[in-house]
Amino acid sequence: MKTSHKIWMAVAALLLIGVYLVPIWSISMEAPQYPEGIGMNITVNNIEGKQPNDLKNINGLNHYIGMKPIEPASIPELQVMPYIFAFLMVTGLIIAATGKRKLILFWLGIFILLAVAGLVDFYLWGYDYGHNLNPDAPIKVPGMTYQPPLLGSKQLLNINATSLPHIGFYFALLSMSIAGLVWWKSGDK
Amino acid sequence: MKKQTHSHRFWMLPAVVLLSVTLFGCNGSNGNFSSNSDAAQKVYVAPGELDEFYGFMSGGYNGQLGVYGLPSGRHIFTVPVFSQAAVNGYGYSEETKAMLNTSHGFVPWGDAHHPELSQTNGETDGRWIFINENNTPRVARIGLDEFKTQEIIEIPNSAGNHASAFVTPNTEYVSAATRFSIPMDENMQGMDVSIDSYKDTFRGTISFIKVSDEGKMNIDFQILMPGFDYDLSHSGKGPSDGWAFFTSYNSEQAHTLLEINASKNDKDFIAAINWRKAAEYVKEGKGTMMPGKHVRNYIDHEEGGIAKSETIDEVRVLDPRELEGIVYFLPTPKSPHGVDVDPTGQYIIAGGKLSTVIPVHSFDKMINAIDSEDYEGEVMGIPVLKYDSILHGEVEDPGLGPLHTEFDGKGFAYTTAFISSEVVKWDIENTQVVDRIDTYYSPGHLMIPGGDSQKPDGKYLVALNKITKDRYLPTGPEMFHSAQLIDISGDKMQLLLDFPTEGEPHYAQGIKAEKVMERQKRFYKLEDNTHPYRATSEAQTRIERDGNEVHVYMTTIRSHFAPDNIEGIKVGDKVYFHVTNLEQDWDVPHGFAIKGANNAELLIMPGETLTMTWEPQQVGVFPFYCTDFCSALHQEMQGYVRVSPENSDPEIKYGTGQ
Repeated sequence: MKTSHKIWMAVAALLLIGVYLVPIWSISMEAPQYPEGIGMNITVNNIEGKQPNDLKNINGLNHYIGMKPIEPASIPELQVMPYIFAFLMVTGLIIAATGKRKLILFWLGIFILLAVAGLVDFYLWGYDYGHNLNPDAPIKVPGMTYQPPLLGSKQLLNINATSLPHIGFYFALLSMSIAGLVWWKSGDK
Repeated sequence: MKKQTHSHRFWMLPAVVLLSVTLFGCNGSNGNFSSNSDAAQKVYVAPGELDEFYGFMSGGYNGQLGVYGLPSGRHIFTVPVFSQAAVNGYGYSEETKAMLNTSHGFVPWGDAHHPELSQTNGETDGRWIFINENNTPRVARIGLDEFKTQEIIEIPNSAGNHASAFVTPNTEYVSAATRFSIPMDENMQGMDVSIDSYKDTFRGTISFIKVSDEGKMNIDFQILMPGFDYDLSHSGKGPSDGWAFFTSYNSEQAHTLLEINASKNDKDFIAAINWRKAAEYVKEGKGTMMPGKHVRNYIDHEEGGIAKSETIDEVRVLDPRELEGIVYFLPTPKSPHGVDVDPTGQYIIAGGKLSTVIPVHSFDKMINAIDSEDYEGEVMGIPVLKYDSILHGEVEDPGLGPLHTEFDGKGFAYTTAFISSEVVKWDIENTQVVDRIDTYYSPGHLMIPGGDSQKPDGKYLVALNKITKDRYLPTGPEMFHSAQLIDISGDKMQLLLDFPTEGEPHYAQGIKAEKVMERQKRFYKLEDNTHPYRATSEAQTRIERDGNEVHVYMTTIRSHFAPDNIEGIKVGDKVYFHVTNLEQDWDVPHGFAIKGANNAELLIMPGETLTMTWEPQQVGVFPFYCTDFCSALHQEMQGYVRVSPENSDPEIKYGTGQ
């Protein structure tokens, strides 16, 4: 690998710092009585309201349909994620330093695997929250479940929920693309 | 019967013709529009859109402050100020009761006349609005961050606080003055004297309330005045900054049948007060600290949110006979009511309600007359200037009964004429009337947003009428007052809208909406709640008994109370329900009401703690419930209190959902 490739690989690894700075995923909800919107952002280690009290208010609304309260402290994935990205960053930098091209593919493979696992986990999380409802809930609509969409919008009773990647996700995607490009380019003889 | 109707039909035909002619005539004089009028467009604020201006209109005898959107005329809120408000528990709850304390004890009603927005550099700034209480002299400060009354200060040595609450251009001071002079001895003590000793014993005072940067009010000084009736006021601005002008009537010093006896003199006075000079005297320690017991009440959400009262025993009094240069009298025809200073600060305009002209005094001429001691005499040691020496001009044919004047910032003044029911527009420089428009009926004050500041928004004018009669669907003998919104953006005034106003608005203020909107609180932060009886989570809810006092630490959140089952209360207990609203979202108040309460409900804003006292008289189980439709399960938001006999010893038990 040429020095420039090494530098780009280091850039790819360091881009993951962005994941720690901005949210990775966004769930926003619209309803007539929330003219200014209400929603939450998933960050590398937390779930937080878009406005200071949104999470509290979402939990307040969810108790009517018997959904479990969203308590970031009790979600193990949020404890693990910072280490996963730290691992990717460190190994990425090691690859950049050693310049072993083959390892990039290996690194990308792990990255993609983790990303897919993350999305599957997110889906299952949403499924659990949306389906495992308290049987004593005041509002029970026959056949209705409240799983938020994985990607895109979905009407849940009066609320239109939209789930989309946030900036952090794009940092990760860019990191992946640059690493892929480095692998591709460094193959040229 | 049928036959009779038939025979009447021919009679009816000419009657119908006559009636339609009359109605047509009525339409014109009624302010009705022709079909091609664009008035509806100009006042139409489409659903979801917001008004351009806030209008703050005093509630008069309801003691409150009405908030309206302009140009729509929509009544959007009422701020409780001087009267108890059962609607939200203001003046009933433990947190707000003290706001209505005075040196006369608890006063549950007030007469609110003149709101005035705080100003910075002569321009309305949207921080606070002040308003006076006429009956038991007081001045209130309302914070426009939360639209709540934050402070009320009583004015000692005063009766009928009418010429109030007008601010100086940087809100250094708020004015107050006695409308009704009262007998006071040399120590400012009330006197047990015959009312007909008026001329010898009755005195007036003009007070200046200092306003701190945080808004805190204290009476800096009072000026002892002759025993006239002091009516209205406005501060000088620009070149006349440092002065304030107060109209007076009853220079005859009548004490009975004033409508005749106080209308005799051809001229009464405007008192020109050099408040800056007076403030300098005060700094030098001049004047005398006199007895002047008064109460100041204030509430601060950062300091527990419970209103506190303090009694102040003395006030500094300045005697213009001893301290030169603080008061001059400007002779003014005839029993003047309003006194208004134009945006340039150069002209002082009086509404001589019995006069056939509007006198316009010149500030420059006034200063020249003072400098050259061009006096025609003096009244109780106060120099009286010569009318002709200070007059800029007189507005001829201004309508009958001119009362109040506001300004558009384009060189024009607008004066209400009470008797002839009209607003008259005139050119300040040449004092010529240029336009006039009818109002319905008998306008008192009028308001142009910023119209008494240095920067008016000369787009709309609101005429605040004293007589309503047929303007709205009849509501029996008693009715709201009427107001008319008039477009003043063009050469000709155009009537746009007729809308009812609550209570009896006297003066009003208007301000560009964005100046107020940008500082709005949506709710109180729970983490900032410092109320000593707060419960900021359900885990903190509890009941504590202390003798026959029982404190219930209660919370509300959609859609339940914690606790909602309470036992262990006895007849004869004094129960304090300290209710904290745990919500942290915009517009999710909860209410609290309990059967048999002898006060009112509580309406608790998110993050706030309010307290209601309840003294059960009967054994039984008493329901309480949320009064504000908070959520889909609002009707389920209820609870019970079990009340046992007085001589029993029930165990305290409480909970929710057990």
